[in-house]
Amino acid sequence: MRPFGYAAPATVDQAVGLLEAEGSEALAGGTDLLSLLKDDVERVERLVALGGVTGLSGIELAGGMLRIGAMTTLQELRDHDDAIAALPALSVAIDGVASPQLRAMGTVGGDLLQRPRCWYYRRGFGLLALAADGRSMVTAGDNRYHAIFPEGEARFVNPSSLAPLLVAVGAEAVVRGPAGERRQPVEALYRAPEVDGERENTLAPGELLVGVEANVEGSRSAVYEVRQRRALDWPLMAAAVSLTGSGARTERARIVLGHAAPVPHVATAAGDLLAGQELTPETVAAAADAAVEGARPMSGNRYKVQLARTAVRRALGRAAGMEI
Amino acid sequence: MADYSWPEAERRALIGSRPARLDGPVKSTGFAKYPSDQNPQGLLAAKILTCPHAHARIVGIDTSAAEAMPGVRVVHVIQGEGAEIQWAGDEVAAVAAVTEEVARDALRAIRVDYEVLPHFVTEADRDGAPDARPAGERTEGDPDAAFATAHRTVERTLGMPQMAHMCLEPHGQVCSWDGDELEVHASTQAVSTLGGQFATELGVPASQVRIRTEYMGGGFGSKFSPDRWGIVGAELARKAGAPVKLFLERDQEVTVAGSRPSAFARIRASADEQGRLVAWDSDSWGSGGLPGTGQTPLPYVFSRLPNRRTRHTSVPTNLAGSRAWRAPNHPQACFLTMAVLDDLADELGLDPIDFLERNLDLTGRADTYREQFAIAAEMASWKERWQPRDRTREGAVHRGLGVSVHTWGGRGHSSNCDVTVHPDGAVEARIGSQDIGTGTRTIVAQVLAETFGLELHQVRVSLGDNVYPQSGPSGGSSTVGGVTASTRRAAQDALREVLVHVAPRLEAEPEQLVAGGGRVFVEGDSSRGMSWREAAAQIGGAPISVQGRNPGPGRLISSGVGGVQIADVEVDIETGVVQVERMIAVQDCGLIINRRLAESQVYGGLIMGVGYALYEEWIPDPVSGRLLNADMEFYKLAGLVDVGSLEVHMMTGPGYDERGVIGLGEPPVISPGAAISNAVANAIGVRVPYLPLTPDRVLDALAGRGGPA
Repeated sequence: MRPFGYAAPATVDQAVGLLEAEGSEALAGGTDLLSLLKDDVERVERLVALGGVTGLSGIELAGGMLRIGAMTTLQELRDHDDAIAALPALSVAIDGVASPQLRAMGTVGGDLLQRPRCWYYRRGFGLLALAADGRSMVTAGDNRYHAIFPEGEARFVNPSSLAPLLVAVGAEAVVRGPAGERRQPVEALYRAPEVDGERENTLAPGELLVGVEANVEGSRSAVYEVRQRRALDWPLMAAAVSLTGSGARTERARIVLGHAAPVPHVATAAGDLLAGQELTPETVAAAADAAVEGARPMSGNRYKVQLARTAVRRALGRAAGMEI
Repeated sequence: MADYSWPEAERRALIGSRPARLDGPVKSTGFAKYPSDQNPQGLLAAKILTCPHAHARIVGIDTSAAEAMPGVRVVHVIQGEGAEIQWAGDEVAAVAAVTEEVARDALRAIRVDYEVLPHFVTEADRDGAPDARPAGERTEGDPDAAFATAHRTVERTLGMPQMAHMCLEPHGQVCSWDGDELEVHASTQAVSTLGGQFATELGVPASQVRIRTEYMGGGFGSKFSPDRWGIVGAELARKAGAPVKLFLERDQEVTVAGSRPSAFARIRASADEQGRLVAWDSDSWGSGGLPGTGQTPLPYVFSRLPNRRTRHTSVPTNLAGSRAWRAPNHPQACFLTMAVLDDLADELGLDPIDFLERNLDLTGRADTYREQFAIAAEMASWKERWQPRDRTREGAVHRGLGVSVHTWGGRGHSSNCDVTVHPDGAVEARIGSQDIGTGTRTIVAQVLAETFGLELHQVRVSLGDNVYPQSGPSGGSSTVGGVTASTRRAAQDALREVLVHVAPRLEAEPEQLVAGGGRVFVEGDSSRGMSWREAAAQIGGAPISVQGRNPGPGRLISSGVGGVQIADVEVDIETGVVQVERMIAVQDCGLIINRRLAESQVYGGLIMGVGYALYEEWIPDPVSGRLLNADMEFYKLAGLVDVGSLEVHMMTGPGYDERGVIGLGEPPVISPGAAISNAVANAIGVRVPYLPLTPDRVLDALAGRGGPA
């Protein structure tokens, strides 16, 4: 293992100061970053361990606002009855991480900012996996688990279990940096890198995700993940939806796909289609079709378009409490 | 000549019962020390540098930086300048260092320059293979005429990819030299033969190589030889003058340490109006990596099918050579055959069990299969629940049933066992076999205890060491027959010697005496007897020691079994996800020594079977030539929540017991791929032509596309 420094700050300000230095990387639950270092896929000058930083973990629910600290573990969130009652779909997203060890060590911030699972990236070919001649290894190679909504040369998928749901409910990410605190929609944490070496998140050097906040009142939300195995496995496709409106009519719908694109993929047109509509098998099917409009599958992942359609339909059905 | 036999059913105290495995507690508590747990004083860690290219020539190698690193003890070049590498993952150099981390760092400091050459790794594409070779063609009868007049014919192209053994304990060993004597703690299936192989490679007499394998973490057919890493490990230890532990990393384990050959075939099969098979034509191909692969036995089980033509093409690829995988060639042959026969039954409008039963005379064991079909069908409520293929597209979840049959040999291998009775009544067996997780230690103890009329805890079994009498490698379901036969012969002989000493005290002839319930007594008059301890004391001051052998006299073992399996699945036709609800296995294996362990073998076979039916495959990258899933993340194994309810029925009693002991490791893993594929076809009305049955392949089949292999 290549040598690296290790710092264990006690406060957010100290952590931010340490993270400003080139080559510093935040270490949350450590379920993935350490493997990336051992495998020599990533290199760091210094790990900044967040485990001892005060104020980064904890769950609060007040006035319909759910606040979750970035270092809260997935299991702590799963065990928080009030949070789960306020946003029941969280349990589906967390239970999808089907390993007690990962839920116990993995954190909410770590889940949101985990590195892609792309097997070319994990074998040292880079996030964009471009061959020496500039060709995409992904399109020429095996892309069965890759994006159906690639962006530029980025064809990996965002693997976060929580991001689709948090984006669907309009959650905000709370980020602390050298210039203080800023808030942005969770989806703004992500970007598709344009050149190799660029990161897939938008945090600037020294910036730290400290938590997420969401208004969980007045909406119904759901998550549906298509899984090949019940045992520990990545979903092949995931959909999260959030519906507002009283009675049968939907006022506003947000539909977000996970494992579909380099970022959580907001299916805007599909959501718009349902605005002001009653949810029926027909409108739900139309929304599912709209959610995959513009999909550009590759040689080996055409099936994921069908999975996305199904996931959207089933997530909408769950949110609306109807059999679809 | 002395008579050797198993006790009659009513006299068996332990054989056929369900004792728990003797090493269960030490394994489940972690006290059992596996080869990879051995940490002798002064141990060095070794790691191997592998080639990242599927085909390349080494044009230069520079190890000087690695050699200069603190903590590095030995750098060993395995393949140097000029060597042509034929698969990604092939070994190039090795390092022994004070820690694993230092060894890995040193590997990164070795500079190797390669000339990268063209590679081919996707053998499903036979036409694109640069080096495909005809590997046999055979015709019996007149298939063309038979096809021309047949009532119904189906034609299918089917296949299953290469997959890994994925041993939980990777391949490797700890080597320690004491002068020119070598001790190897090896994770092996072949304790008695490994030493000679090490000796030849290392240039020392075989008598100076000790092999020890008290426990080991799985082999499945991939751990019969020292392998290059074994010899390199011993060389590193010799050069370093210190013990060296060398176990493969997980990616190496998946990539180079064991795979099952792929099998693809275009098959035509025909039946007449009575549902009798009349013609078969198969054009098969497959790969076992660089060596290609031979033909699987087609048509499987129904091998007396008249009018058949089989052709085979071997397709070499730039991937590491395959190894024997549990029931070599059978799972592939079973899937290819049973899927086609199942489609033909559907074409004929017949229940597949009815169809197979009409053709049982084409198999070698019609009576066994007929009996097993009845039991399996009953367990599955087949008559009430089986429906013709569901071709509707209503609703998401569709349920289906599928059936398959299989066969295996399983004759016991050569084995020698020393049994010793001590004057204090202690009884022990020493045998150069190995317990690869199947329960060998426990069944040897059962045979020993049964013969002397003792309880299991009163006997001692020592195995996993080549100082004990030679016993065969554990492969091909040969161990149980070999070790129980040699142990029984030795034990019966040793008991007879004891009885000769005891007889005068009981005023009886030795032949009148029996051992049972911890006593030795006159048969029919248990009052004329003595405790086992007293009996043993009659032998005098020295122990009695006898060697038993297999093969040998007496009908203790035989071979040839049949099995029937039924899969009950649910398929979500909107996602292509297949869930196995139930697996039913009906299996014969002659006389069963331990019911619990026998059932456990079948459970294990079913679990591995669900794995290769639904999840497991090597995914080689056409671009880089490397495996993309040489890990436990995307090389998907079945979890316990994925295998459904496993229900096992062992055939026992008259007609089975008197055949003697027959091996069971292979048979139960043969049918699951076929049975599950057939159940999916029954559920969704269309054949998914390839294993594993992943959502993409299921959805492709539903959409009428052949889909990628």
